[in-house]
Amino acid sequence: MTTRVRSVVWHVAALAILVVLLYPVAWTIGASFTPSRDIVGNLELFPATPTGANYARAAEGIAGVSIWSFFRNSVVLAVLSVIGTVASSAMAGYAFARLRFRGRGLMFTMMIGTLLLPFHVMIIPQYIIFQRAGLIDTFVPLLIGKFLATEAFFVFLIVQFMRTLPRELDEAATIDGCGHLRLFWNIILPLSRPALITVSIFTFIWTWNDFLGPLLYLNSPENYPLPIALQAFIDQTTTSDYGAMIAMSLLALIPVLLFFLAFQRYLVEGVATSGMKG
Amino acid sequence: MTAGTSAGPALSRGLRPSAGPQQAGPGGRTRKSLRTDGPAGYFFLSPWILGMLLLTLGPMLASLYLSFTDYNLFTAPEWVGLQNYVDMFADQRWRQSVLVTLTYVVISAPLKLAVALAVAMLLARPRRSQGFYRSAFYAPSLIGASVSIAITWRALFSDDAAVDRVLTALGFPSGGWVGDPSRALMILVLLAVWQFGAPMVIFLAGLKQIPRELYEAAECDGAGPWRKFWSITLPTLSPVIFFNVLMETIGAFQAFTSAFVVSSGNGLGGPAGSTLFYTLYLYERGFQDFRMGYASAMAWMLLLAVGLVTAVLFRTSRSWVFYNDGSS
Repeated sequence: MTTRVRSVVWHVAALAILVVLLYPVAWTIGASFTPSRDIVGNLELFPATPTGANYARAAEGIAGVSIWSFFRNSVVLAVLSVIGTVASSAMAGYAFARLRFRGRGLMFTMMIGTLLLPFHVMIIPQYIIFQRAGLIDTFVPLLIGKFLATEAFFVFLIVQFMRTLPRELDEAATIDGCGHLRLFWNIILPLSRPALITVSIFTFIWTWNDFLGPLLYLNSPENYPLPIALQAFIDQTTTSDYGAMIAMSLLALIPVLLFFLAFQRYLVEGVATSGMKG
Repeated sequence: MTAGTSAGPALSRGLRPSAGPQQAGPGGRTRKSLRTDGPAGYFFLSPWILGMLLLTLGPMLASLYLSFTDYNLFTAPEWVGLQNYVDMFADQRWRQSVLVTLTYVVISAPLKLAVALAVAMLLARPRRSQGFYRSAFYAPSLIGASVSIAITWRALFSDDAAVDRVLTALGFPSGGWVGDPSRALMILVLLAVWQFGAPMVIFLAGLKQIPRELYEAAECDGAGPWRKFWSITLPTLSPVIFFNVLMETIGAFQAFTSAFVVSSGNGLGGPAGSTLFYTLYLYERGFQDFRMGYASAMAWMLLLAVGLVTAVLFRTSRSWVFYNDGSS
């Protein structure tokens, strides 16, 4: 085969995969503008008679709670999670990567071990603890772990990054009279920005998509983030109002898609370098 | 991540079986000194330590204790010894959930990884549009676990919906998949395979590490594409393959959201229990029936299963994973 033919074959193959992969997303976009009764069975990506009715019904929300309330809850959860995760994981990363103290090796091994630990082993006792503490139907159970660096992937990613920063920085700073707090805050943290950005984006997206946590801990619709609201919507509309459901699904996906478009380099590089799952 | 010196998934090296504490441990001990940062170390690690004790180790021990009790959240736990574990094996629905989960793990993880590797090989040749495709193929991994996509999947695979119509037009009338107990699990498998992008990106990073000279030397010796794949690509990529197999298998055991959403309307894990993932049944027992003791025992069985799979993978890896630093 000549290089030209090879190149054409390559592009055709890549394009074919792309089309198959993106079809469901494109279909969802088209379906969200299609009258509800026509959606199932519709193959086309562009509705013959586009309508905004699905979005109008989706905006009404469920149980008298509007969709904006679900959005607000999702944003609050995601933003607080990002703050907590970045702060606590950066601290842990700094300790693991650049400080020497007894028990460091053992604790690092434990952290790596939690990567393989199914979180279902913890959910029942955690639920009991939060129930005893009267924290059911609040955001606390969903956020506290983020402030305590429980996501080992992120700690690991930051450790890996901070280890690449030259040791001489610490020595120079220490000679200049810098304590650990200032060294961390003024030198290491600013230099670790790429890793912190990667962690922030992933935390935002994972929290935004998280389903099990809110499903366990939140009962009242005014506290629901979008994924639970969507599920409640399915349960409520047994007659399958696919139109409104799909419109709402798409609204819930938009922030993730925007984040992806804006930060795809950080996301893909983050996966490639750390082995983090998407 | 631009300043990272390590290309390829660092974790695949961190998790390697033969890695001693020195290799797996953090912070290269570049020079010996008497300096120790004890207080500062514990200060910076304090959130992590608290989380480890309160949210991981403590709950783990608590659930181990609860697994030997009968507990409904409202009255005190009552010690029943091994009864929960014995009951489990007699429980039809539990056995069903084990079967469904194992089927899902055994089909979805290898399929997803095979697709990921094939596409990574396709993309590995440097071309101008490589970066674009890499990002585009990765995108489903970010949204695949969301309720939104599960809803889309449900709609596409419903009775007389898109997939059914295409198959009928091609001469394979299949009916809706969502309501068909023999096909519902396949929807979830396809949804998993659709997210092949994350392992693909990891494979790509690994493929880039293979020195071109190896291929050139093989070509001089007259090796064809298959021969090069079997004798060069697979062995040199084996640490990355091992890592992906481990992570995807463990991940597949814990799938939850997609089954929850796709089956809703047909009863949890429906139709006819065909999508009753282990995690779904654990949820049902713990949070719908409030049988917290039984659910804790289930959680520990899951932990044992995942631990067993991990141990087996690590053990067999000695014979098929090659590290390029002489320690094989």
